[in-house]
Amino acid sequence: MANFAVTVDDAGIAVVVFDVPGRSMNTLTADVVRELGELVARLASDDAINGAVFTSGKSSGFCAGADLGELGGGFDGDAGGEAEKRALFDASYTLNKLFRSLEMCGKPVAAALNGLALGGGLELALACHYRVVADGAKIQLGLPEAKVGLLPGAGGTQRLPRLVGAMKALPLLLEGKSLSPQEALALGVVHEVVPVERVVAVAKEWIAAKGDAVAPWDKKDFKIPGGGPYTPATTQVFVMGNAMVRKQSFGNYPAQLNIMKCVYEGLQVPIDAALRIESRYFARTAGTPQARGMIRTLFLSMDQLGKGASRPQGFAKSDAKQVAVLGAGMMGAGIAYVQAMSGIETVLIDTTQEGADKGKEYSRKLTDKAVKRGKMTQEKAEALLALIHPTTDYGLIAGSDLVVEAVFEDRGLKADVTRRAEAELAENSVFGSNTSTLPITGLAEVSVRPDKFIGIHFFSPVDRMGLVEIIVGAQTSQETVARAIDYVLKIRKTPIVVNDSRGFYTSRCFGTFVQEGLEMLVEGIAPAIIDNVGRATGMPRGPLEMNDDVALDLSYKVREQARKDLGDAYHGGPVDALIAKMVTELGRLGRKNGRGFYDYAPDGTKKLWPGLADLAPVTVTEADAALIEEIRTRLLYRQAVEAARCMAENVTTNPREADVGAILGWGFAPWTGGPISLIDGVGVGKFVTICDRLAERYGARFAPPQLLRDMAARGESFYGVAKAVAA
Amino acid sequence: MADAYIFDAVRTPRGKGRKDGALHEITALSLATQVLEALRDRNDLDTSLVDDVVFGCVAPVGEQGSDIARTAVLNADYAQTTAGVQINRFCASGLEACNMAAAKVKSGEAVMAIGGGVESMSRVPMGSDGGAWPVDPSSAFKTYFAPQGIGADLIATLDGFSRDDVDAYAVESQKRAARAWEEGRFRKSVVAVRDQLGFPILARDEHMRPETSMQSLASLNPAFTGPGEMGFDAVVIQRYPQVERVNHVHHAGNSSGIVDGAAGVLIGTKEAGEAAGLKPRARIRGMASIGSEPSIMLTGPALVTEKLLKRLGMQVDDIDLYELNEAFASVVMRFMKVLNVPHDKINVNGGAIAMGHPLGATGAMILGTVLDELERSDQETALITLCVGAGMGTATVIERV
Repeated sequence: MANFAVTVDDAGIAVVVFDVPGRSMNTLTADVVRELGELVARLASDDAINGAVFTSGKSSGFCAGADLGELGGGFDGDAGGEAEKRALFDASYTLNKLFRSLEMCGKPVAAALNGLALGGGLELALACHYRVVADGAKIQLGLPEAKVGLLPGAGGTQRLPRLVGAMKALPLLLEGKSLSPQEALALGVVHEVVPVERVVAVAKEWIAAKGDAVAPWDKKDFKIPGGGPYTPATTQVFVMGNAMVRKQSFGNYPAQLNIMKCVYEGLQVPIDAALRIESRYFARTAGTPQARGMIRTLFLSMDQLGKGASRPQGFAKSDAKQVAVLGAGMMGAGIAYVQAMSGIETVLIDTTQEGADKGKEYSRKLTDKAVKRGKMTQEKAEALLALIHPTTDYGLIAGSDLVVEAVFEDRGLKADVTRRAEAELAENSVFGSNTSTLPITGLAEVSVRPDKFIGIHFFSPVDRMGLVEIIVGAQTSQETVARAIDYVLKIRKTPIVVNDSRGFYTSRCFGTFVQEGLEMLVEGIAPAIIDNVGRATGMPRGPLEMNDDVALDLSYKVREQARKDLGDAYHGGPVDALIAKMVTELGRLGRKNGRGFYDYAPDGTKKLWPGLADLAPVTVTEADAALIEEIRTRLLYRQAVEAARCMAENVTTNPREADVGAILGWGFAPWTGGPISLIDGVGVGKFVTICDRLAERYGARFAPPQLLRDMAARGESFYGVAKAVAA
Repeated sequence: MADAYIFDAVRTPRGKGRKDGALHEITALSLATQVLEALRDRNDLDTSLVDDVVFGCVAPVGEQGSDIARTAVLNADYAQTTAGVQINRFCASGLEACNMAAAKVKSGEAVMAIGGGVESMSRVPMGSDGGAWPVDPSSAFKTYFAPQGIGADLIATLDGFSRDDVDAYAVESQKRAARAWEEGRFRKSVVAVRDQLGFPILARDEHMRPETSMQSLASLNPAFTGPGEMGFDAVVIQRYPQVERVNHVHHAGNSSGIVDGAAGVLIGTKEAGEAAGLKPRARIRGMASIGSEPSIMLTGPALVTEKLLKRLGMQVDDIDLYELNEAFASVVMRFMKVLNVPHDKINVNGGAIAMGHPLGATGAMILGTVLDELERSDQETALITLCVGAGMGTATVIERV
């Protein structure tokens, strides 16, 4: 066997060391599953073996579960068909039967977990009769499937609630949260926590002491902790749980609902039937466009882009050791912090020393908090702060590998700092502009080395937002792109590369969500309907409250700028008039001054501003299921069609960057897997038909680009094409 | 098709549905039995004429399980040939039982039948029977399940009823019930419940609080704020996105009381009545049930009323008296608002806010109440209706003969 090494000691205890060759982490590949089958057969039949201990040969841990790469790879075929359902059921049920046969092998089996056990890895351990885990606060034990739109399909939804009860198991299953060894012990998920070097010995001791080879649920007097669904306490767990799942998921995530169903139905029947039920729900879940999209974007694409998948080939890897940040405002200060976190010498320049110092203070606040919470040592905090050099002196830029400009969105100001910085920069250093709206090619006009001029668009707050949008200007070189990506990876963010365009990719698409909500408002749809349905789409907030958070005066300025830039081509309409009135006449600037579409109370609560009805008279006061669906479609499709245009215009060049950028950048509904996955999931042809209808009814902003029509005519999908190109 | 006539209606007084309630020491079977005995004895009824007894019961488990209707028939020493069936349409079970009894008579399946119901909420608590609807994620999700109280608060929110509005309705309900008792308006129907020795143990509705005032109600906290915050408000707002936040206005004082009780209505053809020497008091002119949106749950009464009136070719104004179960104040207030029914034509003798709502029996009780009132005030027609769990409404129109 390639993946397992078995040694049997004098007492007849087999120690099975799980060690997948050539990988840093054990996963349940098809090979592993096949060999595990042989292993279980041997355990059951070999009279020389009295019991077994499963452990791992990897310091990285025991097992990280199913191979999502393998699973994800199978998802590009015909979706939703009977054959796929059967295949997915078989994939899960094969594992369920295998783990069940291990559990029923008649001999005591212990899991000696020397490190993390996640997903199928923990499910394998749950099918053992005894679990010993190494003591280490960072060791994770959990069933994280729900996070990528799946459900645990190897007994997790059945054994966990039978161990700890539905009340404690459901949150773990629904949220995919991991437990530390001590938490797992307290809950009863594991039996012992011991030093890592003792896990195998302790497991062997348990077997030697006549460990019980019968799982609790196979004993005659077994009772589910807390009782089944129709005992009073557990009934309440389900009644409340159903409401809470709907509250949090808005019905967008099939995994969470199906986990509830699995546990509810499974706890009412014996374990063997329960495992069949689980495998059926696994197949139902894994076969949804949501699961496909989430696995692809949130797991596979995120992982690939995080490893630099979009980096141009053929350029030596660069390492930014010193980076100058121009402008110590909120963005600059945040950028300085993430740089210092990654050990980059940071020159933080502002017009006044006071301003520069204030920018560094931001990092001090963050490190103070981290030290206070025990997440960072004082020494590390000091070392981090020592890397940030606040100054007004452009001369200190000398020796920097990169400059990140983060001054106000003003062309004149940006031109000025570009000239001053370039005067100090070494020949081959890169100049990056953190602009969110101004086209890079235009900004690069003042540059003396436009091939080394690039957009590096951070998101606020910089320390928490994982995306950086890299914008390639007309003259930006591929080497510059490679170096910008190297920098972004060094500060541990996920880069996407886009071509120059007004608003680039993320700002351009995000704007459509808010705008569509505002269009509805001036159409007369009640604001509560707009924001409630907006939230229910899976976006982080409704369009109106989102606009309040962004600030209405900013929204006003962007509109005015666009009017100036585009001239006659710009159509403001009643929405612009509404925003102008709120900002210039009524002083309603959004959350920042406590008055926007909402009124904000000092205690943090908010209420729709009653005066809004005078500005935008309400004619649609209630929403039936059809109207809810229409609003939902408008809000999501408006963003998706813009994302498709970005693909058509070559602003984004590949679907996975478009999808990852959407979810990380502006919080596009994660259940879709991103706007491009949404279009693929709906089907390009159907998406075009719906957009045509919406365009007819609401305006050309919904008109699908020619690219989509061509794809529909050829029966193509974005990811289908992307796959073909990759191959 | 035969006409279905009402010959008599009886009910027990309603005992507080708690361990210290007067009827807590009386079994549900005994309550049902005493109602059947009273119908027989008051009318000197040859029970072999009664083909079937249909009884509503909403928690038909434990002592209320295994077809309590047939059990009570046997326990009351009715003719062996009298069948019995227990039905469940949640809060409208008692009225639905009467409608089914009437339908049996109309269709010729029975010449005489008894509709009614029983619920000892103190002995078999609400919810004892479980049920998939809110528990099974499949149905809970699909129906945007929220408890009745959330639906009642949602109605108040959508229709703009303030806390003062619903409290004022409750105060009026208590006043009307107290006046009705003082004036003996329930005398015709209420039969005292007897204890194990045969002595009267409860002769009057026990739940009433005639002293209720706006002030006394103001001290009560809304009952559904907690469950709302835990998730149910968010659930109903997903279904009713026009609501920015749910205004929680209902509490124990403006919602139906939890009580024990039973009721029965004797229904038959004119000929059967003549054979038994009974004079018909009213004709059942029509019956209907309807499904309505299940999340808000309690808007069925107006819808079923419209459906039934339309089928009968009647207008809202053609009905002299309305009786709508006071599940929650907002339910009745919405009904009045939607159908434009004046307050002085509806629930004129109070309702469940004052006297309580023994789930399986209430429908039959209020049918008897409004029949008595038609006779007392010498009016002709009445419509009885109730809101129902999972989004339904059931209604009956009766007219004096």
